[in-house]
Amino acid sequence: MTDGSVGPAGLAVAPPGEPGPESAVTGSGAAVVGRSPGQLAWLRLRRDRTAWVSGGALVFFALVAITAPLIERLYGKGPLDRFTDKLDRNGNPLGYLGGMSGEHWLGVQPRWGRDIFIQIVYGLRTSLMVALTAALLTIVLGVVIGIVAGYLGGKVDAFLSWLTDLTLAFPFYIFCFAFVPIAVAQAYGPTEQEAPWFRPMLLIVVFVLFNWTYSARLVRGQVLTLREREFVEAARASGAGTRHVLFRQLLPNLWAPILVTFSLNVPALITAEAALSFLGIGILEPTPDLGRLISDSVTYIRDDPAFTLTGGITLFALVLAFNLFGDSLRDALDPKADR
Amino acid sequence: MLRFFLKKALLAIATLFTVSVVTFGLFFAVPNNPAELMCGNRKTCSADQQASIERRMGLDRPVVVQYADFMAGIVKGRTFGEGDAARECPAPCLGYSFRNDEPVTDIIGRTLPVTLSIVFGAAVVWLLIGVSVGMVSALRKGTIFDRGAVGLSLTGASMPILLFGPLLLIVLVYETGLLAYPSYVPLTENPGKWAAAMLLPWLALGFINSASYARLARAQMLETLSEDFVRTARAKGMTKIRVYGRHALRAAITPIVTIAGLDLGTYLGGTVVTETIFGFTGLGKASLNAAINLDMPLVMATVLLAALFIVVANLVVDVLYSVIDPRVRLS
Repeated sequence: MTDGSVGPAGLAVAPPGEPGPESAVTGSGAAVVGRSPGQLAWLRLRRDRTAWVSGGALVFFALVAITAPLIERLYGKGPLDRFTDKLDRNGNPLGYLGGMSGEHWLGVQPRWGRDIFIQIVYGLRTSLMVALTAALLTIVLGVVIGIVAGYLGGKVDAFLSWLTDLTLAFPFYIFCFAFVPIAVAQAYGPTEQEAPWFRPMLLIVVFVLFNWTYSARLVRGQVLTLREREFVEAARASGAGTRHVLFRQLLPNLWAPILVTFSLNVPALITAEAALSFLGIGILEPTPDLGRLISDSVTYIRDDPAFTLTGGITLFALVLAFNLFGDSLRDALDPKADR
Repeated sequence: MLRFFLKKALLAIATLFTVSVVTFGLFFAVPNNPAELMCGNRKTCSADQQASIERRMGLDRPVVVQYADFMAGIVKGRTFGEGDAARECPAPCLGYSFRNDEPVTDIIGRTLPVTLSIVFGAAVVWLLIGVSVGMVSALRKGTIFDRGAVGLSLTGASMPILLFGPLLLIVLVYETGLLAYPSYVPLTENPGKWAAAMLLPWLALGFINSASYARLARAQMLETLSEDFVRTARAKGMTKIRVYGRHALRAAITPIVTIAGLDLGTYLGGTVVTETIFGFTGLGKASLNAAINLDMPLVMATVLLAALFIVVANLVVDVLYSVIDPRVRLS
């Protein structure tokens, strides 16, 4: 995470002419300004070039995902429209690079004849929707379990820690292979058609069930040190109930690690969702999805490598943007952390 | 010392037991009609077939009895059905795949070596690259090499195998023809061909993981280099190579061993995506195929096996930890 703009103390070095956070500390000439930790973190983040670039990319991806129907209207092609006239007799796209042209920006899907650009636009929407929802629910569950375990201690803590270890002993992907088909078989008969919302919801449930462990451990560790502090004692002495201490006194002190964990959890979930869909366990036709798009493209990798790469590079860019932003966020919130 | 390990081992056994109960419950207690799930293809499964499976597997009996039978089968083997329809399943019996008409252990015996080959080879690649790049990067902190390595490992850590695997295929196989599309040859048959076939998955999995190992190794090494014992050793006149290569590396490598052990355990349960991309039928791919075909006895066995790998890896890491780093206190 080191780049040119980072000073020895891990704080962003202010460009000349602009008062940096150091001037607040060292007071070199300027008046001493008091800043809250949140303001300091925001200052550091604003001076981090990586944060700007990755944050910009994230905003772009989010906008694309949100405005997908608008893009479809402007672009004039839907994700399920087929353009078989753009394929040759063997079902391969005409032209270079998988049929990229002014009309089909990223080419045409072999055999199906679908437009790849609009598929990716809608695929981003699926990916982000599943990953963000799952990450949000994961962090809520993890934080609640972690706070309760850390604060109450004793038997509750022992049980919850054991539950964490147990969850970690389940092989995630292979357990998904077992869980998803059984859940589908339970909900639908052999010949029934699955509802389009069922798979995404199922994936979210599986992700939440298996990913809360990390944040729970982290929060538990933090709470273990916090609960001995005076402000907790003071709150309890003035008659505050357990719930008040947990969520009004302790939780506000945990925002920094929670935020960082959340932002690094999203890319991991995007990858997992893509992998499951790639393997045929995740999102199904006709919902557009990045993982399934890559899975389709691998079949034609020999004749149409550009198709494989467009899907893969989109996934890579999305994951990279989230990871870089998460790293920057961690650096800004905790400048002394290992890098 | 011994007490510590015994305690850990007992805990591991308890965890495995719970995993087996949860998994068994998911397969045999939750579904309305387990026989239909065991059948292979739900759409074509006739009532006769279902009845036959139900009888042979003893699905009409209480779940607890079924679980006891399953566990007993692991120790002393079991026979499914009677008369002509009887299927022998020798110990350790993890179930019988009616779709493939063979004991699950046979399928695992066929596919596990593939996964083992992929994972251990890739681990060598990622440890070699990761640790050496991270170490050199830490020793040459701030140089062009260090910056390049940091930038590359940062991007590499985000590289999905879904892009990198196909990319290797395109570059090395389809465009330049340097390598042939891999097909598995057992190590015992022809070591040369085995290694040639394994090269692509080793590179793919190895490179992707080496990024995070390089980051970890660099951070650990930097921390160790600032410690007093390194300065003392240098001040005594010990050579750089000895100090960095032996004293510092040994202290820095402990967390790397931990992570590597846990990663190995997870990957042994199946490197499904890698296997799928390069067309290998390893444990993960076998489990995936079984899941898609609803061949549930096989899926269940692979879940248990993968859980076993994870738990054992945890145990081994705990032991290794105290061997490598004498400062670790057992509690």
